[in-house]
Amino acid sequence: MNHRRSSPEPLLWMLFSSGGMVAALMVPILLFLFGIAFPVGLLSAPSHAHLYAVLHNPLTRLVLFGLCALALFHWAHRFRYTLYDGLQLKRYAVPIVVLCYGGAVVGCVIAAGLLLTV
Amino acid sequence: MSVYQRPVHLLWWLERRAYVLFVLRELSSVFVAWFVVFLLLLVNAVSDGTASYQRFLDWSGQWWVVAINVVAMLFVLLHVVTWFGLAPRAMAIKVRGRRVPAQQIVAAHYLAWLVLSAAVAWLVLR
Amino acid sequence: MATEITLEVARYRPGVDSEPVMQSYQVPLREHWAILDGLTYVKDHLDGTLSFRWSCRMGICGSCGMTVNGEPQLSCATFLTDYAPGPIRVEPLHNFPVVRDLVVDIDDFMTKLPKVKPWVVREVQSPVEEGEYLQTPEELDEYQQFSMCINCMLCYSACPVYSLEPDFLGPAAIALAQRYNLDSRDEGADERRDVLSSPEGVWACTFVGECSAVCPKGVDPAGAIQRYKLTAATQSIKELLMPRISRRLNSRSQG
Repeated sequence: MNHRRSSPEPLLWMLFSSGGMVAALMVPILLFLFGIAFPVGLLSAPSHAHLYAVLHNPLTRLVLFGLCALALFHWAHRFRYTLYDGLQLKRYAVPIVVLCYGGAVVGCVIAAGLLLTV
Repeated sequence: MSVYQRPVHLLWWLERRAYVLFVLRELSSVFVAWFVVFLLLLVNAVSDGTASYQRFLDWSGQWWVVAINVVAMLFVLLHVVTWFGLAPRAMAIKVRGRRVPAQQIVAAHYLAWLVLSAAVAWLVLR
Repeated sequence: MATEITLEVARYRPGVDSEPVMQSYQVPLREHWAILDGLTYVKDHLDGTLSFRWSCRMGICGSCGMTVNGEPQLSCATFLTDYAPGPIRVEPLHNFPVVRDLVVDIDDFMTKLPKVKPWVVREVQSPVEEGEYLQTPEELDEYQQFSMCINCMLCYSACPVYSLEPDFLGPAAIALAQRYNLDSRDEGADERRDVLSSPEGVWACTFVGECSAVCPKGVDPAGAIQRYKLTAATQSIKELLMPRISRRLNSRSQG
């Protein structure tokens, strides 16, 4: 009847905004701990055994997968529009869409693979 | 009739401060994606064993990795502040027929952020 | 305080100029004078060929939008003294074709606006004898903010998406669609959805937020657009998960 029923935009936006929310809630603390505090010695890094145990919990892996997948789709959507508007590249919409969402899908597959084999 | 159309510059977002802030906000997504890569490298290292985890720790202590992560942290914080700040405008929440004031929605987001951050820190540092 | 201030006004004479040329005028710096009063002084005393639009001089007709020192403003509500010692740069609204001097062509908006059906849509119109469609103050409160729009086009002028994507429906049109979607008497949300939820509708918006920042009437078009995105996305996902039930529900109400 009309194009709206088949448009992927609502779904992509939902992934973008869930990803934005999850990233805002979770990324700062994880990035602070593992990206800054442990490397510069502000806090002592946890032992391998402890992290392995935490990571072995299926719930941790599920949460981390959700975080990775949604955060990647958040990036894909935002970066797509940044390229469209910020650099006026809308004429290359097809390769941009493939790069962004394709990249997110590949990232999800890698994340799933890594988290399943812990 | 001849009309004048003002051309749009390639770097139009340098014209106003609010546009610059907007583009920086949008670029925060690149650092969110970087964080996912960093996290997956960590997961991979931990699952590969003690030696691999130690190698990850050494690598993440290199000055340029720390520098990237500090920049990423600033962008992620920009994302947090702008995302929570704009949240009440995207959602009209009602409790018992009354619209919840914007500041309360923002406050609820920050509270959830603090609680989750504390929980993650506890889980990792325990 | 100085008794005069300089207005640098963009002049564009179609067929003569290939692009606007700035022309300076000295006007009296009076305490209660708006930019519009300065322009009227120029027209009456200095240069009768200067063209600009205005009507009410009190911020309600939405005719006198201009770019003042780079910012979209109603020239009747922006005062000379706030820019002293000057000079003040007055240009036509950005993102619209300039017809002459400070006059822009807003036909694009006028074609887009009716597409969102900015009026109360009823499935069955009840006859006048049956009385008014009643509404409580709380129901009025739901949409009142969005009904303050005066179509002054400052939001379009501040919107970078509109400048890059001329097909974009734009802030005011979407805010006005929401003004009716959120009205308890309206039943047209589903009809508006085809236009609003198209790629040229809400999805093109990236929440720069400047439309709301420049609105002289305190309307929040950016907020209206994000709220609609949430509504439309939730509905689409419901339809994806349970196609039959949601279609029946949709035909009733939404916002």
